[in-house]
Amino acid sequence: MTARARTSRRRFTALAAAIFMLGATTARADDVPLVADLSSHLVAITTGFTGTSVLLFGATNGPGDIAIVIRGPVKDVDVRKKERFGAIWVNAKSVTLHDVPSYYRMASSRPLAEFVPDELLSRYQIGLNNIRLNVADNTKTPDVDAFRDALIHLKTDEGLYSQELGAVTLMSNRLFRTELYFPANVATGTYLVEIYLFRDGAVTSAEIVPFTISKIGVGADIYDFAHHYGLLYGLLGIALAIAAGYGASAAFRRT
Amino acid sequence: MQIYLPIAEMSVNIFLVLALGGGIGLLSGLFGVGGGFMMTPLLIFIGVPPAVAVGTQANQIVASSVSGVLVHMRRGNVDMKMGAVLTIGGFVGSSAGVWLFSVLKRLGHIDVTVSFSYVVFLGIVGGFMLYESLPGVLNRNAPMPLTARGPGRHTWMHGLPFKMRFRRSKLYISALLPLGVGLVVGILSAIMGIGGGFIMVPAMIYLLGMPTQVVIGTSLLQTIFVAANTTLLQATFNQSVDVVLALLLLVVGVLGAQVGARLAGKFRGEQLRVMLAIMALAVALRLALDLVIPPQYLFSLRESGG
Repeated sequence: MTARARTSRRRFTALAAAIFMLGATTARADDVPLVADLSSHLVAITTGFTGTSVLLFGATNGPGDIAIVIRGPVKDVDVRKKERFGAIWVNAKSVTLHDVPSYYRMASSRPLAEFVPDELLSRYQIGLNNIRLNVADNTKTPDVDAFRDALIHLKTDEGLYSQELGAVTLMSNRLFRTELYFPANVATGTYLVEIYLFRDGAVTSAEIVPFTISKIGVGADIYDFAHHYGLLYGLLGIALAIAAGYGASAAFRRT
Repeated sequence: MQIYLPIAEMSVNIFLVLALGGGIGLLSGLFGVGGGFMMTPLLIFIGVPPAVAVGTQANQIVASSVSGVLVHMRRGNVDMKMGAVLTIGGFVGSSAGVWLFSVLKRLGHIDVTVSFSYVVFLGIVGGFMLYESLPGVLNRNAPMPLTARGPGRHTWMHGLPFKMRFRRSKLYISALLPLGVGLVVGILSAIMGIGGGFIMVPAMIYLLGMPTQVVIGTSLLQTIFVAANTTLLQATFNQSVDVVLALLLLVVGVLGAQVGARLAGKFRGEQLRVMLAIMALAVALRLALDLVIPPQYLFSLRESGG
């Protein structure tokens, strides 16, 4: 199958799904307040991968506001701070933050303050300031919040953390859509998309859609091989290097 | 055009990487250094994780060193016996260096130790070479300066046992000397994550008293083994060798090394030394500034336990 045929088939599937869901919501309007899906449930990282967009779309059974939160696989991260030590700058303090999402994006249909009470924002971790970043109980550093802010600042710089108010488009109070962008340095693993429907300052309905980002093809094979057969991988790397060195020398000798 | 690196887990501009590999390969062939002392900082600068930069550049340096050493071998500029003795010392040294590295890492401040060693060693080596070689370059018509070798000089070094004759290097010295040089350079190269050519070359010239033209080929021979050892250790214990990145770097790197090795024949020994000295000083200055200038953002991230 050609790439174009594959793309058009994918588009058709997405469209069909959207129409089906729209039909479903109108038919059972009162039963299902919120349905949502993604244009793709698998993001493949291939050799040409430079980042990609995924469309999140869905429908509600009436007026309301939408907030979505996407979180990537979690890891523990050390945040280090440099301090002056004599004439040179040295990494001095370090704080370990637990279960830090490798990717975070929040998008909403309106500014959050207009439709969500603060306690719900922090309960559902909606918005960059509400991501729960826990430190170990024995952490002695006093200004832990500065380290949390630094993590969010640095992750935002890398394009891995973002929030956008108004990025969810609502159409006739029924259909909504938003584009999710994943940069090239995105981590592989399972991602969760949480969609919240708010009415009168409370969550009326919520849905979670999982999807996967994984390496596919030659890149994935190389990664697996390197991690399972490290010694052999190293030897092959050296052999490759010697062959290339010899080859270049031989080629130049003839010319 | 972008390409995704499977181990580094990022995408890079393919032409940027090719330019980098070619440029460093050229230097490698020209000066007989692996080029790691420039490659590692440059790779980190374009966003490659430091561990992957060290592991991958080691793999690439194997290729450019093989390519360079073959050219020097055909010219008869490689002292095999000397290379073997240096390599033995280098293996012992780099193994000790890997151990020392892990100790320093546990104590913290490994980054600053690495930067600091770069500044100190590049500064000393570059400064000394510049001081030694500059008069000969500036005064082109002056007779070749008498370097610190020849039968007239007799120091404690000549009293050491296990004397060996190194015919290519025109030396009759104790085997303990090159063994010691290999050992020390091995330790430093493991800590600094480089092949060690830029320390090895001046050590061979000024400590062992070898002729510059033989030094380059012999240093490259030794670099092959040290870099191969590093590649293997990194691939086995850290999975930090990115073959895609290495392949891109080495394809152009080996070509650059060929051109460089040819160019090397067109320069006099002290001209090569002045150029190498200026580059070493430039890198040292850059790293020193990084240590001293207040950083733009005080915080940085690192995956725990990585």
